[in-house]
Amino acid sequence: MIQTIAFYMFAIIMIASAVMVITARNPVHSVLWLILAFFNAAGLMVLVGAEFIAMLLVIVYVGAVAVLFLFVVMMLDIDVAAMRAGFIRNFPLGIVVALILLAELVLGIGAYNVGAINLGTPPAGDASVVAESNTAAIGALLYSKYVFLFEIAGIILLVAMIGAIVLTHRPSKSKRGQQDIGKQVRRNPDEATVMKQPEVGKGVEL
Amino acid sequence: MIGIEHYVVVSTILFVLGVLGIFLNRKNIIVILMAIELILLAVNINMVAFSAFLGDLVGQVFAMFILTVAAAEAAIGLAILMIYFRGRGTIAVDDANRMKG
Repeated sequence: MIQTIAFYMFAIIMIASAVMVITARNPVHSVLWLILAFFNAAGLMVLVGAEFIAMLLVIVYVGAVAVLFLFVVMMLDIDVAAMRAGFIRNFPLGIVVALILLAELVLGIGAYNVGAINLGTPPAGDASVVAESNTAAIGALLYSKYVFLFEIAGIILLVAMIGAIVLTHRPSKSKRGQQDIGKQVRRNPDEATVMKQPEVGKGVEL
Repeated sequence: MIGIEHYVVVSTILFVLGVLGIFLNRKNIIVILMAIELILLAVNINMVAFSAFLGDLVGQVFAMFILTVAAAEAAIGLAILMIYFRGRGTIAVDDANRMKG
Protein backbone atom coordinates (compact mmCIF):
# COMPACT_ATOMS: atom_id res chain seq x y z
CA MET A 1 0.00 0.00 0.00
CA ILE A 2 2.66 2.48 1.03
CA GLN A 3 4.64 1.40 -2.02
CA THR A 4 1.75 2.19 -4.32
CA ILE A 5 1.23 5.62 -2.78
CA ALA A 6 4.94 6.38 -3.02
CA PHE A 7 5.08 5.24 -6.62
CA TYR A 8 2.19 7.44 -7.69
CA MET A 9 3.56 10.40 -5.76
CA PHE A 10 7.01 10.12 -7.32
CA ALA A 11 5.62 9.47 -10.80
CA ILE A 12 3.15 12.35 -10.75
CA ILE A 13 5.65 14.84 -9.36
CA MET A 14 8.27 13.70 -11.86
CA ILE A 15 5.99 14.06 -14.85
CA ALA A 16 4.62 17.40 -13.64
CA SER A 17 8.13 18.76 -13.21
CA ALA A 18 9.09 17.43 -16.64
CA VAL A 19 6.19 19.40 -18.07
CA MET A 20 7.45 22.47 -16.22
CA VAL A 21 10.99 21.90 -17.58
CA ILE A 22 9.82 22.18 -21.16
CA THR A 23 7.31 24.99 -20.60
CA ALA A 24 9.00 27.27 -18.07
CA ARG A 25 9.71 30.78 -19.33
CA ASN A 26 13.00 31.20 -17.55
CA PRO A 27 15.78 28.67 -18.26
CA VAL A 28 16.90 28.91 -14.62
CA HIS A 29 13.47 27.69 -13.53
CA SER A 30 13.76 24.91 -16.10
CA VAL A 31 16.99 23.73 -14.49
CA LEU A 32 15.41 23.78 -11.04
CA TRP A 33 12.42 21.75 -12.25
CA LEU A 34 14.87 19.34 -13.89
CA ILE A 35 16.54 18.82 -10.51
CA LEU A 36 13.14 18.02 -8.98
CA ALA A 37 12.47 15.53 -11.78
CA PHE A 38 15.81 13.82 -11.14
CA PHE A 39 15.11 13.54 -7.41
CA ASN A 40 11.76 11.91 -8.08
CA ALA A 41 13.25 9.55 -10.64
CA ALA A 42 15.78 8.55 -7.99
CA GLY A 43 12.84 7.88 -5.68
CA LEU A 44 11.26 5.62 -8.28
CA MET A 45 14.51 3.71 -8.59
CA VAL A 46 14.78 3.29 -4.83
CA LEU A 47 11.24 1.88 -4.82
CA VAL A 48 12.27 -0.78 -7.27
CA GLY A 49 15.35 -1.74 -5.25
CA ALA A 50 18.09 -0.13 -7.32
CA GLU A 51 19.46 2.14 -4.66
CA PHE A 52 22.96 2.43 -6.13
CA ILE A 53 21.72 3.79 -9.45
CA ALA A 54 19.37 6.10 -7.56
CA MET A 55 22.19 7.59 -5.51
CA LEU A 56 24.34 7.81 -8.63
CA LEU A 57 21.52 9.71 -10.31
CA VAL A 58 21.37 12.20 -7.48
CA ILE A 59 25.16 12.63 -7.33
CA VAL A 60 25.87 12.78 -11.05
CA TYR A 61 22.79 14.54 -12.38
CA VAL A 62 21.89 16.87 -9.53
CA GLY A 63 25.41 17.36 -8.27
CA ALA A 64 27.22 17.76 -11.56
CA VAL A 65 25.07 18.05 -14.65
CA ALA A 66 22.34 20.29 -13.25
CA VAL A 67 24.90 22.57 -11.60
CA LEU A 68 26.75 22.74 -14.93
CA PHE A 69 23.49 23.76 -16.60
CA LEU A 70 22.90 26.39 -13.94
CA PHE A 71 26.38 27.83 -14.43
CA VAL A 72 25.98 28.05 -18.18
CA VAL A 73 22.48 29.52 -17.98
CA MET A 74 23.65 32.19 -15.60
CA MET A 75 26.86 32.95 -17.53
CA LEU A 76 25.10 33.48 -20.84
CA ASP A 77 23.14 36.66 -21.20
CA ILE A 78 19.98 35.31 -22.79
CA ASP A 79 17.08 37.27 -24.13
CA VAL A 80 14.27 35.18 -22.66
CA ALA A 81 11.51 36.84 -24.69
CA ALA A 82 13.24 36.15 -28.00
CA MET A 83 13.77 32.56 -26.97
CA ARG A 84 10.03 32.13 -26.50
CA ALA A 85 9.14 33.56 -29.88
CA GLY A 86 8.46 30.29 -31.68
CA PHE A 87 6.73 28.60 -28.79
CA ILE A 88 3.13 29.14 -29.90
CA ARG A 89 3.98 28.59 -33.56
CA ASN A 90 5.70 25.27 -32.86
CA PHE A 91 3.03 24.09 -30.45
CA PRO A 92 0.60 22.33 -32.88
CA LEU A 93 3.35 20.43 -34.69
CA GLY A 94 4.97 19.43 -31.42
CA ILE A 95 1.71 18.19 -29.95
CA VAL A 96 0.94 16.20 -33.11
CA VAL A 97 4.36 14.58 -33.14
CA ALA A 98 4.18 13.84 -29.40
CA LEU A 99 0.72 12.29 -29.70
CA ILE A 100 1.80 10.13 -32.63
CA LEU A 101 4.88 9.00 -30.73
CA LEU A 102 2.82 8.28 -27.61
CA ALA A 103 0.27 6.29 -29.63
CA GLU A 104 3.06 4.28 -31.24
CA LEU A 105 4.71 3.54 -27.93
CA VAL A 106 1.41 2.56 -26.29
CA LEU A 107 0.56 0.31 -29.21
CA GLY A 108 4.02 -1.21 -29.06
CA ILE A 109 3.80 -1.90 -25.34
CA GLY A 110 0.26 -3.17 -25.69
CA ALA A 111 1.14 -5.47 -28.53
CA TYR A 112 4.20 -6.79 -26.76
CA ASN A 113 1.94 -9.05 -24.79
CA VAL A 114 -1.78 -8.72 -24.32
CA GLY A 115 -2.40 -8.45 -20.62
CA ALA A 116 0.51 -8.53 -18.25
CA ILE A 117 3.97 -8.23 -19.73
CA ASN A 118 5.68 -11.59 -19.88
CA LEU A 119 9.15 -10.94 -18.61
CA GLY A 120 10.58 -14.32 -19.44
CA THR A 121 13.29 -15.85 -17.36
CA PRO A 122 16.72 -14.34 -16.82
CA PRO A 123 19.74 -16.30 -17.97
CA ALA A 124 20.57 -18.59 -15.11
CA GLY A 125 23.66 -17.99 -13.04
CA ASP A 126 24.81 -15.08 -15.13
CA ALA A 127 24.11 -11.87 -13.27
CA SER A 128 21.25 -12.65 -11.01
CA VAL A 129 20.43 -10.56 -8.00
CA VAL A 130 22.03 -12.25 -5.06
CA ALA A 131 21.30 -11.84 -1.40
CA GLU A 132 24.01 -9.24 -0.84
CA SER A 133 23.33 -5.55 -1.22
CA ASN A 134 22.59 -3.93 -4.54
CA THR A 135 25.83 -1.96 -4.51
CA ALA A 136 27.98 -4.99 -3.80
CA ALA A 137 26.26 -7.00 -6.52
CA ILE A 138 26.72 -4.23 -9.09
CA GLY A 139 30.36 -3.87 -8.09
CA ALA A 140 30.98 -7.60 -8.41
CA LEU A 141 29.45 -7.57 -11.87
CA LEU A 142 31.01 -4.32 -13.04
CA TYR A 143 34.56 -5.12 -12.03
CA SER A 144 34.55 -8.66 -13.38
CA LYS A 145 32.49 -9.16 -16.51
CA TYR A 146 32.12 -5.56 -17.65
CA VAL A 147 35.52 -4.24 -16.64
CA PHE A 148 36.47 -3.29 -20.20
CA LEU A 149 33.22 -1.40 -20.71
CA PHE A 150 33.91 0.31 -17.40
CA GLU A 151 37.35 1.38 -18.65
CA ILE A 152 35.81 2.64 -21.89
CA ALA A 153 33.31 4.68 -19.87
CA GLY A 154 36.25 6.23 -18.04
CA ILE A 155 37.95 7.07 -21.33
CA ILE A 156 34.72 8.65 -22.61
CA LEU A 157 34.64 10.88 -19.55
CA LEU A 158 38.33 11.77 -19.99
CA VAL A 159 37.80 12.70 -23.64
CA ALA A 160 34.74 14.77 -22.72
CA MET A 161 36.71 16.58 -20.02
CA ILE A 162 39.66 17.36 -22.30
CA GLY A 163 37.32 18.36 -25.10
CA ALA A 164 35.35 20.75 -22.91
CA ILE A 165 38.55 22.35 -21.60
CA VAL A 166 40.08 22.71 -25.06
CA LEU A 167 36.87 24.17 -26.47
CA THR A 168 36.32 26.79 -23.82
CA HIS A 169 39.86 27.68 -22.76
CA ARG A 170 40.99 31.18 -23.67
CA PRO A 171 44.70 32.04 -23.41
CA SER A 172 45.26 34.94 -21.05
CA LYS A 173 45.94 38.31 -22.61
CA SER A 174 48.16 39.75 -19.87
CA LYS A 175 51.83 40.51 -20.55
CA ARG A 176 53.01 39.08 -17.29
CA GLY A 177 53.04 35.43 -16.57
CA GLN A 178 53.28 34.29 -20.16
CA GLN A 179 55.19 31.05 -20.20
CA ASP A 180 56.28 29.58 -23.52
CA ILE A 181 57.05 26.01 -22.61
CA GLY A 182 58.35 25.17 -26.09
CA LYS A 183 60.84 28.00 -25.95
CA GLN A 184 62.05 26.84 -22.57
CA VAL A 185 62.46 23.27 -23.70
CA ARG A 186 64.21 24.26 -26.94
CA ARG A 187 66.95 26.10 -25.08
CA ASN A 188 70.33 24.53 -25.37
CA PRO A 189 72.80 24.58 -22.46
CA ASP A 190 75.74 25.17 -24.84
CA GLU A 191 74.47 28.47 -26.16
CA ALA A 192 72.80 29.53 -22.95
CA THR A 193 75.92 29.41 -20.79
CA VAL A 194 79.50 30.49 -21.41
CA MET A 195 82.57 29.29 -19.55
CA LYS A 196 85.17 32.07 -18.98
CA GLN A 197 88.58 31.84 -17.47
CA PRO A 198 89.36 35.45 -16.46
CA GLU A 199 92.93 36.53 -15.96
CA VAL A 200 94.00 37.89 -12.64
CA GLY A 201 93.28 41.58 -12.25
CA LYS A 202 91.03 41.86 -15.28
CA GLY A 203 87.30 41.86 -15.48
CA VAL A 204 85.10 39.67 -17.54
CA GLU A 205 83.57 41.03 -20.70
CA LEU A 206 80.00 39.97 -21.10
CA MET B 1 0.82 -3.73 -6.33
CA ILE B 2 3.09 -1.84 -8.67
CA GLY B 3 4.10 -3.87 -11.69
CA ILE B 4 6.48 -3.38 -14.55
CA GLU B 5 3.68 -1.87 -16.66
CA HIS B 6 3.46 1.16 -14.39
CA TYR B 7 7.14 1.88 -14.79
CA VAL B 8 6.98 1.41 -18.56
CA VAL B 9 4.04 3.83 -18.81
CA VAL B 10 5.78 6.45 -16.67
CA SER B 11 8.97 6.26 -18.68
CA THR B 12 6.97 6.40 -21.93
CA ILE B 13 5.28 9.60 -20.81
CA LEU B 14 8.62 11.07 -19.79
CA PHE B 15 10.17 10.16 -23.14
CA VAL B 16 7.32 11.77 -25.06
CA LEU B 17 7.62 14.89 -22.91
CA GLY B 18 11.30 15.08 -23.79
CA VAL B 19 10.57 14.86 -27.50
CA LEU B 20 7.83 17.47 -27.12
CA GLY B 21 10.31 19.73 -25.33
CA ILE B 22 12.66 19.59 -28.30
CA PHE B 23 9.82 20.62 -30.61
CA LEU B 24 8.47 23.38 -28.38
CA ASN B 25 11.75 25.12 -27.60
CA ARG B 26 13.24 25.16 -31.06
CA LYS B 27 15.10 28.40 -30.40
CA ASN B 28 16.40 27.73 -26.92
CA ILE B 29 19.21 25.23 -27.18
CA ILE B 30 19.69 25.03 -23.41
CA VAL B 31 16.15 23.69 -22.96
CA ILE B 32 16.78 21.32 -25.88
CA LEU B 33 19.76 19.90 -23.98
CA MET B 34 17.57 19.56 -20.88
CA ALA B 35 14.93 17.75 -22.94
CA ILE B 36 17.62 15.33 -24.11
CA GLU B 37 18.48 14.74 -20.46
CA LEU B 38 14.80 13.96 -19.82
CA ILE B 39 14.81 11.43 -22.67
CA LEU B 40 17.92 9.74 -21.28
CA LEU B 41 16.31 9.70 -17.83
CA ALA B 42 13.27 7.95 -19.28
CA VAL B 43 15.53 5.33 -20.86
CA ASN B 44 17.33 4.90 -17.56
CA ILE B 45 14.07 4.35 -15.67
CA ASN B 46 13.09 1.73 -18.22
CA MET B 47 16.46 0.00 -17.91
CA VAL B 48 16.38 -0.06 -14.13
CA ALA B 49 12.74 -1.17 -13.94
CA PHE B 50 13.25 -4.08 -16.29
CA SER B 51 16.49 -4.98 -14.53
CA ALA B 52 14.78 -5.07 -11.16
CA PHE B 53 11.68 -6.95 -12.26
CA LEU B 54 13.73 -9.46 -14.25
CA GLY B 55 16.21 -9.97 -11.43
CA ASP B 56 19.06 -9.36 -13.85
CA LEU B 57 21.62 -6.76 -12.83
CA VAL B 58 23.00 -6.10 -16.33
CA GLY B 59 20.33 -3.46 -16.91
CA GLN B 60 21.58 -1.44 -13.97
CA VAL B 61 25.17 -1.70 -15.19
CA PHE B 62 24.13 -0.37 -18.57
CA ALA B 63 22.07 2.35 -16.91
CA MET B 64 25.36 3.50 -15.39
CA PHE B 65 26.92 3.65 -18.85
CA ILE B 66 23.96 5.68 -20.12
CA LEU B 67 24.52 8.01 -17.19
CA THR B 68 28.19 8.36 -18.16
CA VAL B 69 27.39 9.17 -21.76
CA ALA B 70 24.70 11.64 -20.68
CA ALA B 71 27.17 13.49 -18.45
CA ALA B 72 29.80 13.62 -21.21
CA GLU B 73 27.23 14.79 -23.73
CA ALA B 74 26.02 17.57 -21.45
CA ALA B 75 29.58 18.76 -20.81
CA ILE B 76 30.52 18.85 -24.49
CA GLY B 77 27.20 20.36 -25.55
CA LEU B 78 27.46 23.16 -23.03
CA ALA B 79 31.10 23.81 -24.01
CA ILE B 80 30.08 24.13 -27.67
CA LEU B 81 27.23 26.40 -26.56
CA MET B 82 29.69 28.62 -24.69
CA ILE B 83 32.00 29.14 -27.68
CA TYR B 84 28.99 29.66 -29.96
CA PHE B 85 27.66 32.35 -27.63
CA ARG B 86 31.10 33.98 -27.44
CA GLY B 87 31.34 34.26 -31.19
CA ARG B 88 27.74 35.29 -31.90
CA GLY B 89 26.32 36.86 -28.77
CA THR B 90 23.17 34.73 -29.12
CA ILE B 91 22.22 31.10 -28.75
CA ALA B 92 19.44 30.99 -31.35
CA VAL B 93 19.94 27.75 -33.22
CA ASP B 94 17.91 28.92 -36.21
CA ASP B 95 20.79 30.92 -37.65
CA ALA B 96 23.42 28.30 -36.89
CA ASN B 97 24.17 27.77 -40.55
CA ARG B 98 27.87 28.44 -40.71
CA MET B 99 28.58 24.96 -42.06
CA LYS B 100 25.73 25.13 -44.60
CA GLY B 101 24.33 21.84 -43.42
